Amino acid sequence: MSAELHTLGVAELARRLQARSVSSVEATQHLLTRLEAAAALGAFLHTDAELALAQARAADLRLSRGEAGPLTGVPVAHKDIFVTRDAPTTAGSRMLQGYRSPFDATVVARLGAGEDAATPGAGMVTLGKLNCDEFAMGSGNENSAYGPARNPWDVSRVPGGSSGGSATAVAAQLVPAATGTDTGGSIRQPAAFCGVSGIKPTYGTCSRWGMVAFASSLDQAGVLARSAEDCALLLSAMSGFDARDATSAERPPQDFHRQMLAPRAAAGAARPLEGLRIGLPAEFFPPALAHDVEAAVRAALAELQRLGATLVDVSLPRTELSIPVYYIIAPAEASSNLGRFDGVRYGHRAAQYTDLAQMYRRTRAEGFGAEVKRRIMIGTYVLSHGYYDAYYLQAQKLRRMIAEDFQRCFAGCDLIAGPVAPTVAWKLGAQDADPVQSYLADIFTLPASLAGLPGMSVPAGFGQAGLPVGLQLIGNYFQEGMLLHAAHALQQATDWHLRRPRGAS
Amino acid sequence: MALTPQDVRRIAELARLELSEAEQSATLAQLNGFFAIVEQMRAVDTSGVEPLSTPLAAVQEVALRLREDAVTERDERTANQRSAPAVDDGLYLVPRVIE
Repeated sequence: MSAELHTLGVAELARRLQARSVSSVEATQHLLTRLEAAAALGAFLHTDAELALAQARAADLRLSRGEAGPLTGVPVAHKDIFVTRDAPTTAGSRMLQGYRSPFDATVVARLGAGEDAATPGAGMVTLGKLNCDEFAMGSGNENSAYGPARNPWDVSRVPGGSSGGSATAVAAQLVPAATGTDTGGSIRQPAAFCGVSGIKPTYGTCSRWGMVAFASSLDQAGVLARSAEDCALLLSAMSGFDARDATSAERPPQDFHRQMLAPRAAAGAARPLEGLRIGLPAEFFPPALAHDVEAAVRAALAELQRLGATLVDVSLPRTELSIPVYYIIAPAEASSNLGRFDGVRYGHRAAQYTDLAQMYRRTRAEGFGAEVKRRIMIGTYVLSHGYYDAYYLQAQKLRRMIAEDFQRCFAGCDLIAGPVAPTVAWKLGAQDADPVQSYLADIFTLPASLAGLPGMSVPAGFGQAGLPVGLQLIGNYFQEGMLLHAAHALQQATDWHLRRPRGAS
Repeated sequence: MALTPQDVRRIAELARLELSEAEQSATLAQLNGFFAIVEQMRAVDTSGVEPLSTPLAAVQEVALRLREDAVTERDERTANQRSAPAVDDGLYLVPRVIE
């Protein structure tokens, strides 16, 4: 019985916990043993068995008293970009080594024990904190100050990033679901590279309170899990208005699981997606798209068509421009956000300095890694006197044009689909020579990020060397229910999302 | 327009980053590579387009929320200072700035 607990997704494990056929302590202990044995994958930066088991016992008590919610007792792990009171938070940076937050991020509190007695949380059990690129800047998890995470499908390859530890842990079945954050693709791309499902909701859906800030107008929390259904369950519990985040969307709580299950008006049993129009932007299928990725994506699209969806041609003419636009706006916001790391109130401080100015310069030189410094330099430059209009303001104008392009598309379709990334996962170290070139690989995830639209990565089979490929689905604002519905329909008809890497079964 | 080594030194000073000679020259090459990618963006005609600073403003009015000007946080000085590099008697310590 216990031998297979790691193979259960969130929904199935929750069912067994509710039926009391398995206890949270059993599930937690099983996964703790398993993740310890898988330490070489580099998925976790911190675990605390004692704390997790105490939470599991509390969950079992709630379950026995009939006071449990739908997720109570199910283990989860958090990207180490969410601050946690009971565990250190590093954001993958040397700057925050040993940092202890005085409070929990809203997302952590809502999935866990809750914010206070009046607002109980979902009661999930936190197994630990997950590896990520430093301050979520990267797409391979190679920019972590604590070593890379490895792709369970081929440990010589990257899991993607920046939520690389989250994708690795879910794919290797060390945890049924994990939180992630997505600024320019940091949930969708690692989900694609590791063959798991990942959703980044509409900007403003999840509170950014307690998320270590990278680019505040782009950062959004989401979920990586083994199915669209599991994503829906977590997203419902962690989202919702939070007055402490100035950009939190003022909407009533959403039941994404119910929205996912709601049948479409024209649907039949064999054609659940009847009437759904899926737009394919020509720009998402350029000559540079790897053939294996294109073949897998086209096969998944054919499956959606078989389920009743109609494929229509649309255009996002500024897709390529989204790269410079994003890499101006995100570093500009990052250079401002990371100004707080001055070695005074928290974090690293240099040991040797002669005055305050040198203390700042050395502290930041020692605390930040190469990619973070690069982006701080870019951001500082584009915001500096004489360059602001030409770069930053121009990028913000193009950002609006990109967002308007999407609205023109949605006049003729309900969802937009394409690949998540131009290739499958690359080898560790393959992009060391020219870090700026790696920015180009973010081309398909950046447009939805700039527009603030919800996006998903759904497993779509396999490309070269048996590596996973992700299908990207993009919805209009607050259309997470439609995204999840389409992804769920695909997963009811195919088994790509159920395949596991060898050694993780 | 390529950046010069002086530009890199000036940006590093503005960003409060100490860069070694080797880091400066590597940074110069990478920034110039980056701004080559950015050039295509500068050529686009955006006259009359309003800058978009927060995404939902693309489709709806976004007003900054205001709240009562009242104390909402508890005093958690000890917890807040737990991760500070140098504190004494509740104060953050920094090098002397006024002689």
